[in-house]
Amino acid sequence: MIPRRLDPILLMVAVLALWQGLELIAGPEVVASPAVTIVHAIALVQKSGFWQDAAETGLAFALASVISIAGGLLLGLWLGLHRFAGDVADPILGSLYSIPKITLYPLILLIFGLGMSAKVAFGVIHGVLPIAIFSMNAVRGVPPIHLKTARMLRMSKLSIAITILAPAALPEIVAGIRVGVALTLLGTLIGELFAATTGIGFALIRATDVHDVADILALTLMLFLFAASINSLLHFGERRMRHER
Amino acid sequence: MTRARIFVVAGAFILLEILCRLGIIDRVTMIPPSEMLVALWQLIAGGRFDGDIAFTAYNIVAAFVLAVVGGFVIGGLLHASPRLRHVVEPLLSAYYAVPTFVFYPLLIVAFGVGRAPLIVIGAIFGIVVMIVHTMQGLDHVPPAVNKSAAMMKLGGIRRYVLVMVPAATPHLVSGIKLAVAYSVIGVVAGEFILATQGIGKRISFAYDNFDNRTMYGLLLLLLIVVTCVNAGLSTWEKRLHRRFGLR
Repeated sequence: MIPRRLDPILLMVAVLALWQGLELIAGPEVVASPAVTIVHAIALVQKSGFWQDAAETGLAFALASVISIAGGLLLGLWLGLHRFAGDVADPILGSLYSIPKITLYPLILLIFGLGMSAKVAFGVIHGVLPIAIFSMNAVRGVPPIHLKTARMLRMSKLSIAITILAPAALPEIVAGIRVGVALTLLGTLIGELFAATTGIGFALIRATDVHDVADILALTLMLFLFAASINSLLHFGERRMRHER
Repeated sequence: MTRARIFVVAGAFILLEILCRLGIIDRVTMIPPSEMLVALWQLIAGGRFDGDIAFTAYNIVAAFVLAVVGGFVIGGLLHASPRLRHVVEPLLSAYYAVPTFVFYPLLIVAFGVGRAPLIVIGAIFGIVVMIVHTMQGLDHVPPAVNKSAAMMKLGGIRRYVLVMVPAATPHLVSGIKLAVAYSVIGVVAGEFILATQGIGKRISFAYDNFDNRTMYGLLLLLLIVVTCVNAGLSTWEKRLHRRFGLR
């Protein structure tokens, strides 16, 4: 029996084997083999054009994340503190969250045009709602007795927020941010696929248009690695947050 | 409460209507909501897009069925073999961080332009959420239920079908609800990117031709249908969760 520690390696071997198998079945014009893709990816990393695209995507993702987090927190905290507004908004936010946002792409393009702002907007509409919903629920989950005690002690609104709300609601808010940031990345990349003139997503569409299979898979691989590392970083942060309590 | 909610939603629409009518939002960007409704009605009454609507609906249903059945079976198998599950877990958790649509061009090369790549992209987009929820549901089967199954000497398939699956229903329904959303996204996004027909194709065609009435009419149709299906499933989900004593 192979020890459990080696599971990630096992997974990698399995994925590579499956990938190679696909190449053998479908042929090299449909799927490039792992070896070809990796060689191509290494060549790609050495080009300056790739890093320009990566920087564009990174900038759009960073901007969209900041806006999503700030907007989502503001909205979510406000709705969490105002019971009535929160009750009214809860199902509305839920149904907005479940809308397939990708269908809104023509609308976003008409409003923002092609380019950076459309990408950022795409990221934000994906990311802001989960953050708002999670932080609203986090604040609502704070036991009322804590707030009553605070009122009894005549604490100011600011100190209530800092000493009671923040520590009680933080783990869940961080969970919301993790989901929101992951979706922001997804949204930004989708925005690039549809509406950009620069960035990794655009490079991918360009590769598709000229049907460069090795290029498509190499870029996809990069995106996957980037997304997976952001994801595990956020998971790690969230777990530490929960352990500290 | 409900009145306040209607008030908020209606207020948003009226505000949008006023902004559009006053020309603060110009017509090239957005037509007034009332005109979207008229356009939607004309689209349906005119029957011009019946073929596209049927095409997209068929694809979504096919993708959804594949995702749910496939996800259910794979989820069950993974639950039955913890070792395998431990191996693939990281893949499942990182799955939705990657835009699956990047594989769509490869699918077109493999299957040709038509229904097949759309159905496949919808299905591979939706299947993982179903796998995850199936495993979660089976994880949360109460030990007492398992014990009584053992007491009745139910083994293998019978225990799975008669005891475990019914006990996991609330989670399965959550999975089904999300699988619907994901299949819609997969299919429509695929149609946006490249297709010969379908609602997504018509929307992007109308967008390219500045035909805002058609575009907003179809968008509205899509959003209304998705929201209704989702609301129905959410109600069902909530009722089940309550019956099973979950929150």
